[in-house]
Amino acid sequence: MIAIKEYVRPQSIQEAYERNQKNGSRILGGMLWLKLGGGAAATAIDLSGLGLDAIEESETEFSIGAMTSLRQLETHPGLNAYTCGAAARALESIVGVQFRNLATVGGSLFGRFGFSDVLTLFLALDTAVELYHGGMVPLEAFAAQKPDRDLLIRVHVRKTPGVFGYLSMRNSRTDFPVLSCAVSRLGGEYRTVLGARPGRAMVLRDGEGLLAGGIDGTSAQAFGAWAADHTPTGSNTRGSAAYRTHLVRVLTERGLLELGGMDHGA
Amino acid sequence: MELNLMLNGRRVSGQIRPDLLLIDFLRDHGCPSVKRGCETSCCGLCTVLMDGKPVLSCSVLAARAEGHEVVTLEGLQEEASEFVGYLADQGADQCGFCNPGLVMNTIALLRENPNPTDSEIRAYLAGNLCRCSGYESQLRGIRGFLNSRSFS
Repeated sequence: MIAIKEYVRPQSIQEAYERNQKNGSRILGGMLWLKLGGGAAATAIDLSGLGLDAIEESETEFSIGAMTSLRQLETHPGLNAYTCGAAARALESIVGVQFRNLATVGGSLFGRFGFSDVLTLFLALDTAVELYHGGMVPLEAFAAQKPDRDLLIRVHVRKTPGVFGYLSMRNSRTDFPVLSCAVSRLGGEYRTVLGARPGRAMVLRDGEGLLAGGIDGTSAQAFGAWAADHTPTGSNTRGSAAYRTHLVRVLTERGLLELGGMDHGA
Repeated sequence: MELNLMLNGRRVSGQIRPDLLLIDFLRDHGCPSVKRGCETSCCGLCTVLMDGKPVLSCSVLAARAEGHEVVTLEGLQEEASEFVGYLADQGADQCGFCNPGLVMNTIALLRENPNPTDSEIRAYLAGNLCRCSGYESQLRGIRGFLNSRSFS
């Protein structure tokens, strides 16, 4: 458990940002991962009083406050209608309801955790993060950056026309994924996003045009094989690199067939 | 620092360290039903309701509960008594250590969804680990309670 010397609940985002510039300061999201670490925080900065815990839906986007819980995302009718249910499927296996009532979207994305279902999901959508100092940054670029002392305020998902799917392989129901996979056709672009490789989630696009003629059994299989060849994987206690590479092919193919509205036989 | 919250319908205050966890505050204030289990936020033994939502009290700073309403099993005896007998009937409590957390989360489930399917029960209670029962007896107990309610 992290030792905390001072706990503060700022009254403004500016105050939170300024306090976070000091060495030894830590932002509190859901605190679930932070709690597991050791060490000390001179000041723990709690963002829970800043009204950042809501999902606002307009005709063009979802604006999601950083302190919105994973359970709010999982049960939001608009977000699930837009994502074809992928949001709920990505989140429903993360530990339990009690955990998801605490874990926040901001904490999940700011941490850029390799195992993150949340990062995998949002990379398949047209997502940008709003940083207090850095402004709007596409999530894909943000995910590649190292954590700094900026504040993630909101997550913006544009309602670009698309279809989405989410799959993961887990050794047990509520464990971290062995591999997570989100697929999408966003505008005219196909993506597969692979997370828990076990490294940070990465986006693959159909640069070879394998799906240019649409999705059928042959093109889905070809893209799955191509994805497996282009996704670095590693080993840990949940699975070997070879098994993960196998799963990249299988989950990508299944996901694409789901997108295409075809039975994948699983 | 000072903490003020509503605990089981009573206003409670206390001096706390900034890194005190809610579970420890609750156990020090007459709520021994709140159990410490895994220490990794995944077993559900420490489940309490915070503003009506089930949360893991082992993973919430007590300071974060300032001004909020917290309810433990000590505050829900009447509501719990409606169905815990059905769990006992099925042998679902065995060592009993996970029971308070399971009962708290079942109450949260039934408030949110009064007529859940078996699949919805399993999904909602997936974060409540039990090393004795294998979960089938818990499911039978909850299903038995729901069936009795629909018949009455």
